[in-house]
Amino acid sequence: MDGYSLSDLFSIVVMQGFSGLSLFSVLLLMALGLAIIFGQMGVINMAHGEFMTIGAYTIYLTSRFTETYLPSFMPYYFIVAILASFVIAFGAGYLLEYLLIRHLYKRPLDTLLATWGLSLILQQIFRSSFGAREVSATLPDWLMGSWKPTPSIDIPLNGLFVMAMSILVTALVGLFLFKSKWGLKVRATTQNRVMAGAVGINTKMVDRVTFAIGCGIAGVAGACFTTIASTGPTSGSLYIVDTFLVVVFGGTASLFGTIASAFSIAQAQSILTFFLTNAMGKVVTLLTIIAILMMRPEGLLRSKVRR
Amino acid sequence: MSFLSHRHASCSGSGKLKRLLAKSVLAGVVANGLFAVQPSLAESNIAVTDKEVVVGQLHSSTGTMAISETGAIEAEQLAISQINAMGGVLGRKIRVIQEDGASDWPTFAEKAKKLLESDHVAAIFGCWTSASRKAVLPVLERDNGLLYYPTFYEGLEQSKNVVYTGQEATQQVFAGLDWVAKTKNAKTFYLIGSDYIWPRTTMKLARKYIETVLHGKVVGEEYAALGSTEFGSTINKIRLKKPDVIYAAVVGGSNVSWFKQLKAAGINGGNQTLLTLSVTEDEAKGIGGENLVGFYSAMKYFESLDTPENKKFVSQFHAKWGANAPIGDVTQAAYEGPWLWKKAVEMAGSFDTDKVVKAEESGKITFDAPEGLIYLEPNHHLKTKLRIGEWESDGQAKIVYTSDYITPNPYPKGY
Repeated sequence: MDGYSLSDLFSIVVMQGFSGLSLFSVLLLMALGLAIIFGQMGVINMAHGEFMTIGAYTIYLTSRFTETYLPSFMPYYFIVAILASFVIAFGAGYLLEYLLIRHLYKRPLDTLLATWGLSLILQQIFRSSFGAREVSATLPDWLMGSWKPTPSIDIPLNGLFVMAMSILVTALVGLFLFKSKWGLKVRATTQNRVMAGAVGINTKMVDRVTFAIGCGIAGVAGACFTTIASTGPTSGSLYIVDTFLVVVFGGTASLFGTIASAFSIAQAQSILTFFLTNAMGKVVTLLTIIAILMMRPEGLLRSKVRR
Repeated sequence: MSFLSHRHASCSGSGKLKRLLAKSVLAGVVANGLFAVQPSLAESNIAVTDKEVVVGQLHSSTGTMAISETGAIEAEQLAISQINAMGGVLGRKIRVIQEDGASDWPTFAEKAKKLLESDHVAAIFGCWTSASRKAVLPVLERDNGLLYYPTFYEGLEQSKNVVYTGQEATQQVFAGLDWVAKTKNAKTFYLIGSDYIWPRTTMKLARKYIETVLHGKVVGEEYAALGSTEFGSTINKIRLKKPDVIYAAVVGGSNVSWFKQLKAAGINGGNQTLLTLSVTEDEAKGIGGENLVGFYSAMKYFESLDTPENKKFVSQFHAKWGANAPIGDVTQAAYEGPWLWKKAVEMAGSFDTDKVVKAEESGKITFDAPEGLIYLEPNHHLKTKLRIGEWESDGQAKIVYTSDYITPNPYPKGY
C-alpha cells in the first residue's frame, strides 16, 4: 500500500472496523424477531420482511403527519415513530397468529407456503395504498451525516443509531426471555409443550404473544433501517434471505447463537468485501457458511432442548 | 399528499383496465367483421375499424419493477389521451389494452403474445428492463409487432420491430464523461454499478473511453448484487483510492442505501464529484433530495428543463396524475412513444407493420418533444442531446450542461 500515510491507513482501519460492527448490528436487528418466531416457535415466517416494511411505512406516515401538523416536533418524532411501529407490527402479528398461523402449527411446510403468500398479499396492499414508487421519510437532522473524531475519520451517525437500537433491543429480548415470567413460560413451552400445559401455562396465549413480539421487533428493525435503506412495497424482501441465513447459521433455538452468527457473518462479509470484490466477498462468505453447516447441521450453537 | 394521489391513480387505472378487458372481446368481433370492408388496413390482421385502433401497453404495474414503470405507464396514457383529443391517428381513436408484466420476464413474453395474437394490437408501448425487452423480442419478431421501448439501456441491439426512445449507452456515457473530465479536471475514476447487464456493459464502455480517449485512470470497478443494502466496505475502498470522480450506476432499492450511506460517511456534493447514470426524478423521490445535493446525473431529460414545451408537458402531467408525481427521464421518453408512432403511421398512411417500419426508417420523422426536437434515426434510435443535472434538496435537478445532438450508435466500433 504505497502512497498512503500511516494516519490514512489508521483511519481506514477504524472506519472499516466500524463498518463491520455496523453490518453486525443490522444483521442482528433484522434477525432478532425471526430468532424468536423461527427459533423458539419453529414457525417459518416468510412474511418477516413485510413486517419490517410495516415499520418503515410507519416512520414515513409519522414523518408526513409531523411535518404537516407539528413541525416543531420534527427532531423527536423518530423515537415516537419507532414505538408506534412496534405497536402496529405487534398488532398485525397478533392478528395474523389468531387468523392463520395457529391453525398451521402442526404443518410447518404449509406455514412456509401460507406466509409466503401472505408476503405477496402484503406487498400488493402496500403498493395499492402507498403507490408503487419508493418513498422517503424526512429524517431528523441528528440522524444525518457523520461524526468526525479526527479530520480523516467519519463515523456514520445512522450506523451508530442502528447499533444502539440493536443493543437495546437485544438486551430487552434477553431480559424478556431469561428474566421475565413471560420468558419463563415461553421457554417452558418451547422445551416441552405438553408439560407446560399440564402445569397450567396457557400455551396458546404464549404462542400468540411470542409471535406478535417477534413481528413487533421486525417492525422496529424496519423502522430503524429507513435511516440506511429504502422504503418501498418490496423493501422488506431485500432482507429475508440474510435474515434466515443468520438465524439458521446461529442455531435455531439459541439467542446467543443468533448474536454469534450475525457477528461472524458481518465480519467475514465486511472484511472480504474490502479486499475482494463485492460479489466474491459474498460468495466466499456463503461457501464458508455452507461448509460449516455441513459439519454442524444444527448451527453454531447447539441448543440443549430435549426433542 | 402524494401517496393519496397515487392511490387514486392506481384505483382509476385498474377500474379502466377492467372495463377495457370486458369490452375487448366484443370489440374484437366487430373489428374482425370489418376487415373485409377495409382491405387496405387489414393486410396484417390488425385490430382497426373506421373509428378506432387498438394498441397494447405492457409494463409491470405489480412486483419489484412497478416502482420504476409507474411513470412510463402514466406518460403513455397521457400521450394517448392527448392524441385522441386531437382526433386520433388516421382519423381513428386509440383504444388501449393494458397488460401487466408483473416484473416477471416470461410473463412479459406471454402477454406480448396475447396482445399480438389475440388482440391484434397495432403497436405495443412497454417494457422497462432489458431482460423484459429481450424476453419480448422473439415474440415481436415472429408476429411482426411493433414495440416502443422507453428506457435508457446498454445498446448492442437493433430490431426492426422496436423503436428505442431512451438513449443507448454511447449517448449517455461519452458526453457525460467528456463534461466531467473537462469541468472538474478529472483524471481518476471509480466505477460502481449493480451487477447485471446494463451497468456492466455501460462501465465497459466507460472504462475504455476513460483510458483511451480521456487518458484518465480507472482506480476501481465494483458491482454490487441487485438488492444489496450494505455499502460500508465499498465506501471505505473508495475513500482509500480518493478518485476524482465516482461514476455510478446502482439501481433499485440498493440505490437508496448507496446514497444514504454515502452521505452518512461524510461523502457529499461538497467534497466529492459523483456522476450517476441511474438517478432520475423518480429515484430522487425515494432517495430523498437531501441525500443527493450536489451530485450529478447524466440524462437526456430533467423535469426542471426550462422551455415552454416542457412547462406545458409538466403541467399537463401533473393535472392528470397529481402535482407530486415526479417526471423522470424514462417517463418523458415513454411519452414520446405514442407520438412517434402516430407520426410514422401517418407518414405510412397505414397501420400495417411493414409500412410503419419503412416510415420509421426513412430518417424523416421528428417530434417536438418536451426535451426538445428529436430525430428518429434509421437505426431505430433517437438523435437527442445529453444533459447534466445537479441535484438540489427538493429532489429536482438544475441543468448545468447540455450537449450537442448525439447520433445514436448502438454498435460502437472497438468496444
